[in-house]
Amino acid sequence: MIRYILKKFVIMLVSLFFLVTTTFVLMNAIPGSPLQSEKATSEAVQKNLEAYYGLDKPMIEQYGIYLKNLVQGDLGISMKKKFQAVDKIIKESFPYSLKLGIASVITSIVVGCLLGILAAMHHRKFIDNFAMVIAVIGLSIPSLVMAPLLQYSLAVKIRAFEVAGLNGPLDYVLPTIALSAASIAFIARLIRSTMIEVLNSDFIKTAKAKGLAGHWIVWRHALRNSMLPVVTFLGYLTAGVITGSVVIEKIFAIPGLGKFFVQSVSDRDYPLIMGITIFYAVLLMVCRFLADIAYVLVDPRMRAGGKGK
Amino acid sequence: MNFKKVLSSAMVLTLAGSLLAACSNNNGNNNAASPDTGASPGASASAPANNAPQEFRFTLASEPPSLDPALMTDAQSSIVASGLFDGLTRLNSAGEPEPAIATKWDVSEDGKTYTFHLRDDAKWSNGDPVTAQDFEYSWKRALDPATASEYAYMLFYLENGEKFNAGEITDASQVGVKAIDEHTLEAKLISNTPYFVSLVAHYTYAPVNKNAVDGKPAWAAEASTIVSNGPYLLKEWAHGDKLVLEKNPNYYNAANVSFTKATISLVEDESTVFNLFETDKIDWIGAQAGSVPSDQVPGLVKEGKAEIKEIASTYYYLFNTKEKPFNNAKIRKAFSMAINRQAIIDNVTKANQTPAFGLVPASIAGVDGKGYRELYPDTGFGSENVEEAKKLLAEGLKEEGMTAIPATTLLYNTSEGHKAIAEAIVDMWRQNLGVEMKLSNQEWGTFLETRDAGQFNVARAGWGADFNHAINFTYDLIHPKSLNNDGKYENAEVGKLLDEAVVAADEKTRIDLIAKAEKIAMQDDTAVLPIYYYTTVTMKKDGFEDVVSDYAGHLDWAFGKKTK
Amino acid sequence: MNNDTNRGSIRPEQFQKIDRSNYVFERIERKRLTAWQDIRYRLVSNKLAMTGFYIMCVVLLFAIFAPMISPHDHFTNDLPNANQAPSWQHLFGTDDLGRDMFERTWKGAQISLFVGFAAALIDLIIGIIYGGIMGYYGGKVDEAMNRFAEIIYAIPHLLVTILLLVVMEPSLTTIIVAMSITGWINMAWIVRGQIMQLKNQEYALASKALGAGAMRIIFRHLIPNAMGPILVTLTLTVPSAIFTEAFLSFLGLGVQSPVASWGTMINDGVKSMTLYPWRLMFPALFLSLMMFAFNVFGDGLRDAFDPKLKK
Repeated sequence: MIRYILKKFVIMLVSLFFLVTTTFVLMNAIPGSPLQSEKATSEAVQKNLEAYYGLDKPMIEQYGIYLKNLVQGDLGISMKKKFQAVDKIIKESFPYSLKLGIASVITSIVVGCLLGILAAMHHRKFIDNFAMVIAVIGLSIPSLVMAPLLQYSLAVKIRAFEVAGLNGPLDYVLPTIALSAASIAFIARLIRSTMIEVLNSDFIKTAKAKGLAGHWIVWRHALRNSMLPVVTFLGYLTAGVITGSVVIEKIFAIPGLGKFFVQSVSDRDYPLIMGITIFYAVLLMVCRFLADIAYVLVDPRMRAGGKGK
Repeated sequence: MNFKKVLSSAMVLTLAGSLLAACSNNNGNNNAASPDTGASPGASASAPANNAPQEFRFTLASEPPSLDPALMTDAQSSIVASGLFDGLTRLNSAGEPEPAIATKWDVSEDGKTYTFHLRDDAKWSNGDPVTAQDFEYSWKRALDPATASEYAYMLFYLENGEKFNAGEITDASQVGVKAIDEHTLEAKLISNTPYFVSLVAHYTYAPVNKNAVDGKPAWAAEASTIVSNGPYLLKEWAHGDKLVLEKNPNYYNAANVSFTKATISLVEDESTVFNLFETDKIDWIGAQAGSVPSDQVPGLVKEGKAEIKEIASTYYYLFNTKEKPFNNAKIRKAFSMAINRQAIIDNVTKANQTPAFGLVPASIAGVDGKGYRELYPDTGFGSENVEEAKKLLAEGLKEEGMTAIPATTLLYNTSEGHKAIAEAIVDMWRQNLGVEMKLSNQEWGTFLETRDAGQFNVARAGWGADFNHAINFTYDLIHPKSLNNDGKYENAEVGKLLDEAVVAADEKTRIDLIAKAEKIAMQDDTAVLPIYYYTTVTMKKDGFEDVVSDYAGHLDWAFGKKTK
Repeated sequence: MNNDTNRGSIRPEQFQKIDRSNYVFERIERKRLTAWQDIRYRLVSNKLAMTGFYIMCVVLLFAIFAPMISPHDHFTNDLPNANQAPSWQHLFGTDDLGRDMFERTWKGAQISLFVGFAAALIDLIIGIIYGGIMGYYGGKVDEAMNRFAEIIYAIPHLLVTILLLVVMEPSLTTIIVAMSITGWINMAWIVRGQIMQLKNQEYALASKALGAGAMRIIFRHLIPNAMGPILVTLTLTVPSAIFTEAFLSFLGLGVQSPVASWGTMINDGVKSMTLYPWRLMFPALFLSLMMFAFNVFGDGLRDAFDPKLKK
């Protein structure tokens, strides 16, 4: 296992290097610069600025400097948010995204699994259709519409919740609903489709024949095997949801990572773009890695094979 | 001014009791929808005659990129900075300079040397006194190439300012600013600049504390390290979330500062800002501190809930005057005449803007206490006449040897507002001139680069005042050498007139020269296509006074108060 | 002993000899159905899925024909009649520039659906090939290809999209390409997971033993058996592509005006939701309806494809 983890780690580092390079090139290829503003600045001022941020050096040298600093764990300083360290910006904004993300992932899994199991157990009956309709409705309304509607109806008209911010536990309700609606549906459908398959498979039939009670079959055998695709999906869902939904962060005025990322791209704030991209990538890779391990643990076939991939 | 403020403070005291009662009603009441008065008469009666909670809450769409006066560039920062820093002068809401750290000033005969006399009771938040040396240090610091200030050009009025910034001279002592003693500051200018007293109110001229700044580039990025001298202190700065300012007890003019606290939330979405106001979470919208959704404006104005105020900004379209077909003045004029500005204002922008035919907005000052536009109206500069436009277009095309307008594109930066205006105008050109123009929107950074590079036929632009003078709208926009003349409009005569205006001996002559240049550029040449002079729509909660939009359309709140 | 007696009770005379010349052995009494007939039969009997199917058909028909019949066009402004509520003149009301919302809604449907289908198709093709190869070969090949996919996946979409929209002329094609650059990866992973599970099953091993090539095994045997999850993913790709387009519109990177997609219209409509609800309602309603239809139909399709669910 240690060998496996070590190998994974090296691969991650290599991927990360490629990612850093690609992003660096792409970022510099986009028109615009962090130093431009609507009102033109004189050439002298522009030169001062470029010199200050090292943008007057050739690109390859800038890249070298960045890599060197990165290896030392220095993500640099934002060019637009004057003198705020990139790692500090991430450290401050990520907890908002994380907390909201965790709330949404848990909600998605719990509600999604419940709907999925319910549907699979009553396959082709009314409950199946009903559960799926509910799930699919959540998926059908874009967050662009759902979030403002929730905000207007529940926070402005009824005033049951706050319009914006994440100050108390109640404030999580609206953004969590908006953020998890789509993944609830995804998980519910995934669970349902694999579970129907599993429920029809031989080992379940054997379990039934052995006289195991219905719900016990579901919990002990079927669900476990149906979780497989969900686990794969979860790695991405977690990373995706944690790094935040730009739309929801904007509408509910949540100072999460997503907001900073979009801003950094439109500001052409090179160090911040790099920093958040790297952070996002590492997060994604770690989640993937954990999902891989979970995959091995969950899938009995994989375990039997013992190859662990 | 001061007297009025004292009077209002007295009113605050007498009105305080009723407000407190109202507040407790609101808090204790679950049913916020019913504004009931009889819920707790007892509480109302027994409320002590206390000061009303003097908190002011508003939103900004984006975080101030910096609160270091030398590095600030945007409206958002300036709104916060007006609470944190006090310069030599302060502009009142009409845009006129009033004494602040400087109590009075002398101007030399030739108008090139200013001597400011500073008050001796101003203190930094770390306890140091505010001195003339602080100003000398700050101005030189802003000009220092090592500081890399984007707005350093605001200080190019100082002798050798530009050269020092460009690195042509390295000796800072040659820059035209000097502390004669602790409380006397002398500024030497390159030319007679009567609006210099207004200029020093700009944040780039604001002082910083040497002890707090030297060797600490990040001093203004955190509430814990920032040192300021204004009416408020920065208590909390949760990046991306909010800024909390509290009254500065050591401020020399603290008696006239009413708010004990200001909470500035960072909220980007317009509808969310409006919803926050509707649910009583903020006290103000407008003037760069949030904006009222444009569809809501007519209704709100009708109900008396929102106010509209003219501000010193112009919305216009640039023509690429270096390329066919818009190198031809007649064609440019035809395009300008073929649109219906009032229809756009009534149906699209909806905030009662003024149709524009010139460059200089109405809230910019002229001479002798009159507005520039009062003295030189822009009504003669252009008219809207479809038939005439068609004729001009035909003539222009003939001059250029063309039979029709070739495929052209209107470029604008991404925003719903700009999109709607562009769609409306392109449709007017289509219906009135039979010209099909494509629309292209670009994301801000890309847009700026494309526009700067002149890769457009027609492009959207807007210009807001840096200071209250017509030169800021003419020299910058139509002088052949100006870097902001993105349409590359070139008329030697306009250039000459403006050059003369800059060095003119007296203000009347200067304004006259500017007006002449503007008339040539706009009436004869249609250098750009002005659409409207901006307004700002503001909403405030009952009881707030002296929080207003200033002449430039920025929220001016530092000396506001809550009266009930 | 008893048995013997019992046996003895059946006498040869009791049996009758029948004519074997016309007899068909192992005749299947049930009507013979090809695989596709079977799928269709099961799909048609799924009410929810068929509801989705009909909704899709109706919306598609409207999207194609409504703009042809409508007396209005989608770009001519009529400022005095801006923000009109629905009426006989304008069935869905008018927008902020007085343009007919009925016309714009269906014109927008064309754009959105085109984006959705095109992106899904590209994702499907790339995803199946890439994922199939990844899953089948496993080991080093899988590792390398997976790394590549992960790197692509980790590059922020926004960055790629802005870059593409700058390098290429902003257009529908650019939007679709920008979405596909990262969009196919999810599909590839789903396929990979399925193939990895299926490739060791008996029929695949048998095929291999009989000398079938990798491509044949992947595309003839494994992919058809993995069709369930692929279809589920696909029915999600179409809506998510439409949503992504809406999100790009939200960032101003969507289709160029005056052409509008459902996404751009929703974006514009949300702002005036409380005053002119019809500007949000119609595009949002049909977008959601279409998403709903896609999803339930996709589910039905999945059930129909899966022989294990045969009753």
